[in-house]
Amino acid sequence: MSKNSKLLTGPINLNNPITVQVLGICSALAVTVKLEPAIVMSISVIAVLALANVIISLLRNTIPSRIRIIVQLVVIAALVILVDQILKAYSPDVSKQLSVFVGLIITNCILMGRLEAFALGNKPWESFLDGIGNGSGYAIILIIVATVRELLGSGTLTLPAVGEIKVIPESFYQFGYENNGLMILPPMALIVVGIIIWVQRSKTRELIEEN
Amino acid sequence: MKGLLKYVEKIKPNFEKGGKYQRWGAIFESFETFLFVPGHTAPRKGAHIRDAMDSKRLMSIVVLAVVPALLFGMWNVGYQYFLSIGTDVGFWQEFGHGLYRVLPIIIVSYVAGLGTEFVFVHIKQKEIEEGFLVSGILIPLIIPVDTPLWMVAIATIFAVIIGKEVFGGTGMNIVNPALLARAFLFFAYPSKMSGDKVWVSRLAEGNGVIDGYSGATPLGQAVENGANIVDPMGHKLSTFDYFIGWIPGSIGETSALMIFIGAALLLYTGVGSWKIMFSAFAGGAVMGLLLNTFASDTNPAMAIPFYDHLLLGGFAFGMVFMATDPVTAAQTEKGKWIYGFSAGFMAILVRVLNPAYPEGVMMAILLMNVLAPLIDHYVIRANVKKRLKRIKVAKIN
Repeated sequence: MSKNSKLLTGPINLNNPITVQVLGICSALAVTVKLEPAIVMSISVIAVLALANVIISLLRNTIPSRIRIIVQLVVIAALVILVDQILKAYSPDVSKQLSVFVGLIITNCILMGRLEAFALGNKPWESFLDGIGNGSGYAIILIIVATVRELLGSGTLTLPAVGEIKVIPESFYQFGYENNGLMILPPMALIVVGIIIWVQRSKTRELIEEN
Repeated sequence: MKGLLKYVEKIKPNFEKGGKYQRWGAIFESFETFLFVPGHTAPRKGAHIRDAMDSKRLMSIVVLAVVPALLFGMWNVGYQYFLSIGTDVGFWQEFGHGLYRVLPIIIVSYVAGLGTEFVFVHIKQKEIEEGFLVSGILIPLIIPVDTPLWMVAIATIFAVIIGKEVFGGTGMNIVNPALLARAFLFFAYPSKMSGDKVWVSRLAEGNGVIDGYSGATPLGQAVENGANIVDPMGHKLSTFDYFIGWIPGSIGETSALMIFIGAALLLYTGVGSWKIMFSAFAGGAVMGLLLNTFASDTNPAMAIPFYDHLLLGGFAFGMVFMATDPVTAAQTEKGKWIYGFSAGFMAILVRVLNPAYPEGVMMAILLMNVLAPLIDHYVIRANVKKRLKRIKVAKIN
């Protein structure tokens, strides 16, 4: 595997920002009740992370290391505001659902983590790939969690531009099936993420820790 | 008993290696240890503490202890049902209806739970653990009789996996699996776990229910009527009624009398800690008294006399059978006092001050389960500090 494609695929499984590095958990819990906000949030994070990585990588030789955190924050904040404004303009409903969490991308640990650990020491193209890779790793977990929670919690799946699809047929409800109210509550997101981590660790030899 | 023991000893060689029925050896062994002290609890060599008590016997005693509450619960299910449709059919038919409604729940709970355990035995390749014996009988007793069976199955599987297996199986769990199953049902399917319609068999369907009948539990009414609690027909209920337990409620929780019989067995055999039980009831009484003192019109439930609190709802059942679970309770002796007292105290606090959760017992015990290791930690630290001080004093002298 070439080095560049490793940058792209590594964070999706072996170095996943949520399940392995355990970063960015808060937003994973908050926006996964329905699928649509989770997808929009994922796209926003991928965009912000890739662009911020490129910008910081371009600036990396000119940033004095004492003020680098402030510079990183300024870059991220500018990009997040941009994303927020675009969302407000083109899909106000989703923007309302995501509410403060788009703004909180600024404090998402994945972003600071990647800028500090990768973009400050690598060339723009590699940084871009790293941003896309880590953003996708975040997106995959978010989408799995949101699918489970919406399917079992509301019996529907909501896709951007398509709208709400009823997945569980009406006849199930007539036989006494009920939506699982616990799935809509935040603790269940934590448990679903926990189960994903459990399954991933037991499937992947490299991740099993020796003790 | 002696004759039985002789008979078991006589047929034993048939089931050992090389015997006629060695294929059934495992099953014979489980029956033998259920009945008598197994001869192989600890290796005979080495510095082990040898005790006839193993986890299988421990669990069978708890199962035996809940039998009175279970039988009474079955009768009460039938009694409440025929009360709601206004016919008087006599003891056996009432018990029969209860048996008919409760038995499927018990079977589903055991099949789902043991099935999950077997899957994990297969994955982990180790011996089956007896941990589910108790949870399997406790789960049916703490849920309303009308809970759909598939919900019982899902809650049981959830409790076994998330409550127990992820932590490493029996003995490693942080919270009580049976209570976790109930908490799961309570939050996942609130419409089947709370309200006035779920506690009496088939009340929600409403077939043949007599006019003016209300299936509200005493605690459900307390939110509005305070101490002025009536039975489904409108007669006032007394402390004696709560004690005997012919009131609507979860299957096994209503009868304090039957629970105390079970508690006596647990205490006599030393399976349940008397420190936890006693301090839990003390904690509940103290909180009840406090609330009585500050009773006001804003929350009528505060006026319930403290002794009624100890008999109502799942308090007695939870504190006797759930809080004393040796795995999830505090382990240190001082810790047990703190643990039990806080559990009782919190249970009444949640029950009265948060009308959305009339069953505060569940929340309180789960909360204390989580806090138990912390309590133990500080009890041990305090002891270490005390002993260190003693050393210093000795040095100065």
